[in-house]
Amino acid sequence: MIKYILKRILYLIPVMLLVTLIVFFLMSITKGDPARIVVGESASLEEVEAMRESMGLNDPFFVRYLRYVRDLFLHGDLGTSYKSGLPVMKEIMSALPSTIKLSLAAIIIAILVGIPIGIISATKQYSFFDNFTMILGLIGISMPIFWLGLLLILLFSVRLGWFPPSGLTSFRHVILPAFALGTQSIAVFARMTRSSMLEVIRQDYIRTVRAKGQKESRITLDHVLRNALVPIVTVVGIQFGNLLGGAVLCETIFSINGVGRLMVDAIKQRDFPVVQGGVLFISLAFCLINLIIDIAYAFLDPKIKSQYK
Amino acid sequence: MNVFLKIEGLTVEYRSGNRHVHAVNDLDLQLGEGEVLGFVGETGAGKTTTALSILRILPNPPAKVLGGKVIFKDQDIIQLSDREMRAIRGEEIAMIFQDPMTSLDPVKTVGDQICEMILLHRNCSKKEAWEMAGDMLETVGIDRGRAGDYPHQFSGGMKQRVVIAIALSCKPSLLIADEPTTALDVTIQAQILELMKELKKKYQSSMIMITHDLGIVAEICDNVAIMYAGGVLEYGSVMDIYKDPRHPYTRALFDSIPDVHRDQARLKVISGLPPDPTDIPSGCPFHPRCPHCTERCKTEKPEVVHLNETHWARCFLAQEEGRYEHE
Ligand SMILES: Nc1ncnc2c1ncn2[C@@H]1O[C@H](COP(=O)(O)OP(=O)(O)OP(=O)(O)O)[C@@H](O)[C@H]1O
Ligand SMILES: [Mg+2]
Repeated sequence: MIKYILKRILYLIPVMLLVTLIVFFLMSITKGDPARIVVGESASLEEVEAMRESMGLNDPFFVRYLRYVRDLFLHGDLGTSYKSGLPVMKEIMSALPSTIKLSLAAIIIAILVGIPIGIISATKQYSFFDNFTMILGLIGISMPIFWLGLLLILLFSVRLGWFPPSGLTSFRHVILPAFALGTQSIAVFARMTRSSMLEVIRQDYIRTVRAKGQKESRITLDHVLRNALVPIVTVVGIQFGNLLGGAVLCETIFSINGVGRLMVDAIKQRDFPVVQGGVLFISLAFCLINLIIDIAYAFLDPKIKSQYK
Repeated sequence: MNVFLKIEGLTVEYRSGNRHVHAVNDLDLQLGEGEVLGFVGETGAGKTTTALSILRILPNPPAKVLGGKVIFKDQDIIQLSDREMRAIRGEEIAMIFQDPMTSLDPVKTVGDQICEMILLHRNCSKKEAWEMAGDMLETVGIDRGRAGDYPHQFSGGMKQRVVIAIALSCKPSLLIADEPTTALDVTIQAQILELMKELKKKYQSSMIMITHDLGIVAEICDNVAIMYAGGVLEYGSVMDIYKDPRHPYTRALFDSIPDVHRDQARLKVISGLPPDPTDIPSGCPFHPRCPHCTERCKTEKPEVVHLNETHWARCFLAQEEGRYEHE
């Protein structure tokens, strides 16, 4: 198992290299001259040319790329922001905690609300609760984050004044954006939990457990949910990935200084190193989530586990 | 205790939308303590449904018990509360299922699955239960060291042994074996059957052996119930049924077994189609396929005709001695 995990971590290196290459390439073909951005609109052509030379922008693409990768791997250096002049690594590190807080809060809310709803719906199929929550879920899935976010601010901050509308300095600040970000996931988890549990409930081995005289509640949790967990964990992983994308929107709406907002601002100002760094971090997060999910599979499914022994 | 197990007028239906599958219709059955009953019938006759009704683990929906009594040790278990019923499942009545490949929880070790049963009905620690689970595995011929393995690491025959170990772990007074060998290949079938015979001697529990193999019945059963279209058509000791079958359907069943000693040109098949469970024939359910069918059989359901203390049949002609001799 340990060997498998180490191997998977090593695999991350080529994947991340490929990601940097793609991001670097995309940035290099984007319109706008970084040197012009650094020296400002009023600078002369000579000044721009001198800046290009000193930034190494005149070197061939691969030279620039290799330099970027070398700095990254040897010094953890992602370059310097064109706008603030600060190291990109430092900017991202100061924005990262907010993003992590926000997305963790969102995924935890979604798991704690979505999965229990799915469990109850599955055990009481076609009841009022089941029908009601599944319709609600359909609405939840089709609700855009920015619209829901604005709605929540309007109702709970402006009207009722229960929660602050922006920033991320206290626990109360987290609630609204986390809900806006997590609503879709709540619905996805509820539906997935319900359908995969209904699949398991029909299986013969559940009847075997019932024939032992086991209580219904224990059957549901120990056997049905336990067997339904693999597909549920899969969507949790997928949603967590999607959530990182949603965080960009959410941070903008709720004025949270996270990686998402940092990147949106950087894109607007053509601050390429910051954009590159941000994309890299989000990709890394994506890969790590996938890794965790794959390891979770091995713990949940004995068939997979015995393969890795 | 007067009655060990007695089923009276049991009627079970599966409903899906407008479709009503009449799986069990007015079924009567009895079983004495320590007896082994063979429960014989074609596929779809309602054997599994009857077994699940005794344990009250029918899938609901779609199944619904419309009527009848299941008297077990002097109490009607249809009337029991869920809690009382749970105490009976596993402890008093246990079941071995038709398909061992799907009967075990794939994410739990076999040891844990045996332990679960023991912990539910015995006051003991997890460790003691694990020990007992190991003993049970040895009883069914599996090394106790394999208790920590998962079902997918076992073959079909071994899985069925595990299922048997689970069923017997609390020494139930009634064991229901639902075609325990059908899903297995022939050599394994013989082994499992041998094991069941051994365990029957060792545990002395009563048993309902569901099967459509009359050979198995002859080997281990005391009594036989012949089931057709959700009801029992004939009931008697193995001797009665094999030597003196009175219901035309029972006769037909025996005729359909190929006999190597007689030079039979081809296998006799029961003519006509098995009954459609959504539309059971009126009168005697076997009348459309019966060679001795009369007008009366088409409209009136035959009452039970007692031939001796244990032998009975639901046929108007059951009393007519020697009526088959002319065929
Ligand atoms: N869950 C279900 N939903 C609807 N109909 C069902 C269900 N289970 C069984 N039936 C129907 O009930 C009837 C009796 O089924 P049952 O499984 O009791 O037969 P059986 O005698 O055990 O047959 P086999 O020898 O094939 O196991 C069949 O017509 C079957 O199609
Ligand atoms: Mg069956």
